Amino acid sequence: MKYLLMIYENEKGWMELPPAEAGQLLAEYGAFTASLKKSGNFIAGHGLQPTATATTVSIRDGKRLTTDGPFAETREQLGGFYLVDAKNIDEAVAIASRIPGARAGRIEVRPVAEFDNTPD
Amino acid sequence: MDLSPSAHLDRVYREHHGRIVATVIRVLGGDFLQAEEVVQEAFADALVQWPREGPPREPKAWLMRAARNKAVDRLRRGERLDARVDALEVAAQVEQDAAASPDERGWSDTADDTLRLLFTCCHPALSSEAQVALALRTLCGLTTEEIARAFLVPSATLGQRLVRAQRKIRDARIPYIIPDEEMLAERTLGVLHTLYLVFSEGYAATEGPELLRVDLCAEALRLGRLGRELMPRDAEVASLLALMLLHHARRHARVAPDGGLVLLDRQDRSRWDRAELNEGLAQLDVALALGARGPYALQAAIAALHAQAPSAQETDWEQIVALYGRLCVIAPGPVVELNRAAAVAMARGPAQGLALVDDLEASGRLEGYHLLPAARADLLRRLERWKEAATAYQRALALVRTQPERRFLEERLREVLDASREP
Repeated sequence: MKYLLMIYENEKGWMELPPAEAGQLLAEYGAFTASLKKSGNFIAGHGLQPTATATTVSIRDGKRLTTDGPFAETREQLGGFYLVDAKNIDEAVAIASRIPGARAGRIEVRPVAEFDNTPD
Repeated sequence: MDLSPSAHLDRVYREHHGRIVATVIRVLGGDFLQAEEVVQEAFADALVQWPREGPPREPKAWLMRAARNKAVDRLRRGERLDARVDALEVAAQVEQDAAASPDERGWSDTADDTLRLLFTCCHPALSSEAQVALALRTLCGLTTEEIARAFLVPSATLGQRLVRAQRKIRDARIPYIIPDEEMLAERTLGVLHTLYLVFSEGYAATEGPELLRVDLCAEALRLGRLGRELMPRDAEVASLLALMLLHHARRHARVAPDGGLVLLDRQDRSRWDRAELNEGLAQLDVALALGARGPYALQAAIAALHAQAPSAQETDWEQIVALYGRLCVIAPGPVVELNRAAAVAMARGPAQGLALVDDLEASGRLEGYHLLPAARADLLRRLERWKEAATAYQRALALVRTQPERRFLEERLREVLDASREP
């Protein structure tokens, strides 16, 4: 079963991190991703640029509306994600708890909806 | 005693529902919703057949077989090929079990199923309200209406809560397993916390039309005993059972004939349930022998000191202060500190207790909690500072929610007001 692990954290924290610590954190992420690939759980995963780079788009009355920024201001922002294959929620949670971002932020674990017509 | 067929079946239902549903959930690959339907159908069959043919010699085995057969039928009729292949295996297992003698008929298997059910109901991915509702519904066999009444929420709300939880178990794939060694201790604490919630709710709620409400404390005890049976080597499980028994034993002395609350120091100790106290003390001994050092064991030890004291005055308050002191370290929190302050007041006089309560109040950590001004009022009363005591009782009354506590506080307020008017 597939689970999306969404990493929410205060992005300011990231930006204010001294370079040495940021480098160490990135190395941790690298090691974590490598271990996921090795165990076969990894499907995809990326860090995201800060919300300042976000653009929101919607269609209303057939018209496209494009605006700057995320749709809501929150204390914690989506900073990255992993899509993993896990046998159940326990395994997904165990993987999520190993994400370095779980220590400063929090990880939302969501099962992926499987529809019969989803192409594999 | 001869029971009417339906009363007999009611008792069988309450006694065995949990274990039967636990096994059927496994047979159905973790599908709570279908399992419940299947078990209801099996009981409905019993309701028709037992009066006609006489109750079976082994009601539980009869129901288990009926429910498992229905579950296997459902799997066979299922559309998915993989499920149908699984069904054949399960069917073979069911037939094998049925052929075995009652003693061999996988007691350990149903025990493991019940343990799986307990851990799944109390899975941390479910909200604590959902955990409580699921445990009462499946393990205790309470109806949705009974649980809703017990928690004073509309039946529809509770029904939704249950369905949402059952769907989450299916859709997020909460596994139907006993956690492995690595997670077992942590998950067991989660189970105990849920049982403790059920017990506390029952213990605190002396309000409402009681005849219509099930006894949540009794249900928590039933679950605690089940936990003890399933996890005999776990010290924390024994500790919690001891704690619940030692408190439950005082239930009759806690409520005055008019429904008001009677505090520990004024309780008629001859009305304590001796059998339950002794069972609680024995469970605490077991827990300590197993190496219990956690918060439940400490609280049970405190309750045990009360249980063994002939009166409030003759209680070993210094030891209770020490136990609360340790509780403040391993399970810190303002309510524990408040309890410690009350024990200090008993051991070393109300003035010392009051100093601690004042510190707590200044910290603002118990704002809105009626027992803080109530404790303060009680200490001021004992110091004969009547006017300040009256003010504190009034503040407690503005915050209190349950009727018996309200009546108790009103009575004490009258006492101190009378005293303050005397020359």
